[in-house]
Amino acid sequence: MDLYEHQARQLFDAHGIVVPRAEVTDSPTEARAMARGLGGRVVVKAQVRTGGRGKAGGVRFAADPAAAELTARRILGMNIDGHQVRTVMLAQPVAVESEFYVSYVLDRTAGTFLAIASAEGGTDIEEVAAAHPEAVARVPVDPAEGVTSAKAREIADAAGLPPQTVDVLVRLWQVLVREDALLVEVNPLVRTEEGRIVALDGKVTLDDNARFRHARWRGPDAEPEDTLEAKAAAKGLTYVKLDGEVGVIGNGAGLVMSTLDVVAGCGARPANFLDIGGGASARVMADGLSVILSDPDVRAVLVNVFGGITACDAVAEGIVTALDTVRLTRPLVVRLDGNNAARGRAVLDARAHPLIEQATTMDGAARRAARLATTA
Amino acid sequence: MAIYLTEKSKILVQGMTGAEGMRHTRRMLAAGTDVVGGVNPRKAGRTVDVDGRALPVFGTVREGIDATGADVTVVFVPPAFAGAAVMEAADAGIGLAVVITEGVPIHDAVAFHAHARSRGTRVIGPNCPGLITPGRSNAGIIPADITKPGRIGLVSKSGTLTYQLMHELRDVGFSTCVGIGGDPVVGTTHIDCLTAFQDDPDTELIVLIGEIGGDAEERAAAHIRDHVTKPVVAYIAGFTAPEGRTMGHAGAIVSGSSGTARAKKEALEAAGVRVGQTPTETAGLVLAHLEGGMRTAIV
Repeated sequence: MDLYEHQARQLFDAHGIVVPRAEVTDSPTEARAMARGLGGRVVVKAQVRTGGRGKAGGVRFAADPAAAELTARRILGMNIDGHQVRTVMLAQPVAVESEFYVSYVLDRTAGTFLAIASAEGGTDIEEVAAAHPEAVARVPVDPAEGVTSAKAREIADAAGLPPQTVDVLVRLWQVLVREDALLVEVNPLVRTEEGRIVALDGKVTLDDNARFRHARWRGPDAEPEDTLEAKAAAKGLTYVKLDGEVGVIGNGAGLVMSTLDVVAGCGARPANFLDIGGGASARVMADGLSVILSDPDVRAVLVNVFGGITACDAVAEGIVTALDTVRLTRPLVVRLDGNNAARGRAVLDARAHPLIEQATTMDGAARRAARLATTA
Repeated sequence: MAIYLTEKSKILVQGMTGAEGMRHTRRMLAAGTDVVGGVNPRKAGRTVDVDGRALPVFGTVREGIDATGADVTVVFVPPAFAGAAVMEAADAGIGLAVVITEGVPIHDAVAFHAHARSRGTRVIGPNCPGLITPGRSNAGIIPADITKPGRIGLVSKSGTLTYQLMHELRDVGFSTCVGIGGDPVVGTTHIDCLTAFQDDPDTELIVLIGEIGGDAEERAAAHIRDHVTKPVVAYIAGFTAPEGRTMGHAGAIVSGSSGTARAKKEALEAAGVRVGQTPTETAGLVLAHLEGGMRTAIV
């Protein structure tokens, strides 16, 4: 789960990393009052979970409270890289002397975390990393030891950061570990003209799998933005909205991903990814089907199940159950194989719904669904 | 021979007394696996009847090893406790820990992998279906009845694609199928399995199944080019996955140009691996390669 900037800064603040004073609002009028409280002059920043806000015009200075209101009005509702701006953050401006970059990221290959740091921070860090890789230090961190002061000094020295950043590097590691984050990034980390080290902007990605030990993560900001995705998440389904016309349901992430590819290979576009998981019950199948059928873009649905632990008769029962609550208005192609496949096929044969047809292979089912969706 | 498992493998099940643990213990036993007991500190000393077999429950992995000579553990412990379970198994000196548990926090996985490595314990998973040597032993949740013993070695990131390929190639059969798991950090990698299959006299051809995310397949390609002389056929899932979205598996996410299915396919093909467009086509490539050998087998 990616956090908004204002959520990331709250975590930094809670762990003793200095951040500028700031407030968040979705109302231009309130922005004016907040700007007054922050001293008049503020930076207005769009809160969206994507990079490149500054270049898109989502970060602007406002000289006084009236300008803050006007600027908030302009930024709220903007679309940045497909993300609607619903809130803005107003922050006290900081007089910057120099900018740095620091982050901790997961190194999948080594199976540990990596500190990445550079004395050349700011919006162009990607270009710096590409053009001058030697300007970006990459230091592996032993998970058992963590980032001690000595380790932080090693990272700061490797990147050419000033000694005052050592404390921030230690605290940022604590954010990563104690908040169960997969990524923490401060860019830019700045030295102000008064010599203070301040985190001006940050990004944090939390590990959804660790939700059980962080009760306070629950809340509207943690939910997906797409309404169908929110509906599916509420039912415990793994669903991703795509922009095609064939609805795809299957069991297991790998098989569903593969089914999307096979549909695409047949000349149609998948409308979604929906994984009912392992050992799915009839209820789960019915929930999945109802999510997909609420998507008006879907013109045909493909159900591709290879039953390992999942029993195909339960899947078939789920499809039949769904017909009681959801009116099937678009064709459904079903391929069942593996555990209890014969029983599952018999259940669907017995129901004999005019819009449901069965296929014997994955490729055949995809071809048929693609054809139905593109000629319907 | 096969890799990582033999018919002599003695298996403990951590979390055996839970619903999932019990269900799969039953399936493992039915597949001929030598399950020697379970581990649950709160139920130590009891005996559980599984289809007429009395299985002891031990308080710790150490006690289980001392009493039975177990050398493999299969972990069904819930995510919050899976990390401690693997650490305990590694401390007890188990040779192989197969972690089925899905949803293990990354920080826990990073910690137990480092710990297991330092103790010389091989970990498969987490979030994996385990591994099977058909007809001999089954450590995990892979259905045993969809294929038979044979000469193909299979290594896969995805559970269901493992089943799909096992089903497609059921007439040829497998030496060992290993589901390494779809999480960003896993204990046993494609390269580990490629190395083991290359050294396994029972394996004639290797099937590699990958998916988007990370660069494990690209590294496997380089390894195949330099070290694998047996034929390898591959399949990669996720060509249509959009950038920046997690597709089911925690590790299945494309970031920028890295981790795409196309990059993985190209790297494998450049290393001389034949890559199928669909699971069925992939199985077809395997069959075409084995055709000569198949005829001999039938005669």
